[in-house]
Amino acid sequence: MTNDYRITTNNLNLFYGDLQALKNVSINISSNQVTAFIGPSGCGKSTFLKTLNRMNDLIANVKITGDVYFDGLNVYKEYDIVELRKNVGMVFQKPNPFPMSIYDNIAYGPRIHGIKSKSRLDDIVEKSLRNSALWDEVKDRLKQNALGLSGGQQQRLCIARVLAVEPEVVLMDEPTSALDPISTLKIEDLIEDLKKNYTIIIVTHNMQQAARISDSTAFFLHGEIVESGTTNHLFSNPQDKRTEDYITGRFG
Amino acid sequence: MVRHSFDKELEQLHDLMVKMAGLVEESIENSILALKRQDIDLARKVYESDDEVDELEGRIEKICINLIARQQPLAKDLRTISTALKIITDMERIADHAADIAELTIRMADMKYIKPLVDIPLMAELAKKMVIRSIDSYIKQDIDLARDVCSSDDEVDDLFSKIVLELINIMKNNPETVEQATDFMFIVKYLERIGDHATNIAEWVVFNVTGSHGHLARKTE
Repeated sequence: MTNDYRITTNNLNLFYGDLQALKNVSINISSNQVTAFIGPSGCGKSTFLKTLNRMNDLIANVKITGDVYFDGLNVYKEYDIVELRKNVGMVFQKPNPFPMSIYDNIAYGPRIHGIKSKSRLDDIVEKSLRNSALWDEVKDRLKQNALGLSGGQQQRLCIARVLAVEPEVVLMDEPTSALDPISTLKIEDLIEDLKKNYTIIIVTHNMQQAARISDSTAFFLHGEIVESGTTNHLFSNPQDKRTEDYITGRFG
Repeated sequence: MVRHSFDKELEQLHDLMVKMAGLVEESIENSILALKRQDIDLARKVYESDDEVDELEGRIEKICINLIARQQPLAKDLRTISTALKIITDMERIADHAADIAELTIRMADMKYIKPLVDIPLMAELAKKMVIRSIDSYIKQDIDLARDVCSSDDEVDDLFSKIVLELINIMKNNPETVEQATDFMFIVKYLERIGDHATNIAEWVVFNVTGSHGHLARKTE
């Protein structure tokens, strides 16, 4: 059932106390693709993203029903949470480097997972920074504090930090909303490159961004998926009037 | 540099445009050769290749619409995509007319022509050259060449009027020629339209480079 897709959810419901934030969300997410979640504020797209690596476990009064499968294993019943978070990495809206050197930011995850060899860590740091298209800009100042980088560089550092623990899936929650247009386009190019080796799921307020970079798109509204499909199809010929109204700016 | 994937898609679009242009050039070239030689096989080949041109037009249209929907093209990028959308219609019409000429060639293949073909091949050569040069101007984004194409449309139009008069006289003198003369009349009309479509292509090339679109053929200025 779930073997053809990297991630599958079945009738996923999520409640914050009495408030139902997700309603029967069922979706299949393919490997090595960029999948975008779009929708107005409060539609549940970020909440749904967080269910995929159990980030909602940290919030009080959350109740979840339904299933999330990652590579065929039930994320809430069969998966070790440390292993899950290693395999499903996450990048947040605001770049959040640790207040330490560029090198130590990247080496942090691998060290926690038990890697101590200096040469091994050096390799991981270089590879991760190369994969996040940041190496050339920082290779001569790896020992400097990461907080001295520009916003766009910090966000690419956060992506490198995720890549350093070799995840399968990268979740991105509004990864460019705090960045200027050129840094945004750099991250978009990076996402395009990353999908060769990773499965990317991105939440974005910016519909145009979803259109530019994703292969598949799901439109969320009031906690439900109204429509999902290939990005080409969803943005040129949506089937549901609500999707049409949202993407053409006629919503509400 | 950023926006690699958009640039890659624009390159793919350009490659398909070049491919379609190549097919259109081949169609017009072969249709004229088939008419001159009364070569049914070649005429049939032209007729059949029209489907391939139509299929490419559909593919390019789809790519352009998806690029507009997904990449929010602006400035030169927007002009490139609109130009492609406009030009493929003209290219498809040129290929249609080449197929029309091929169809008439097949119909007249067993007949002796009512007149030696001198001006018609000349007109066909001019129209063909306009098409080739307009496509060249597109590929090289050469506006001088594009303007040159537009101004050469008058020669095709002049030959059209001259041949039509000649055909009318032939028909007046010998009513038995009416059927074939009418076919030739259609052929020269198709050639004249091919010249117009080449002009349209050249005008869109000028638009693509400069941002302003106008009718550049002398008579319509």
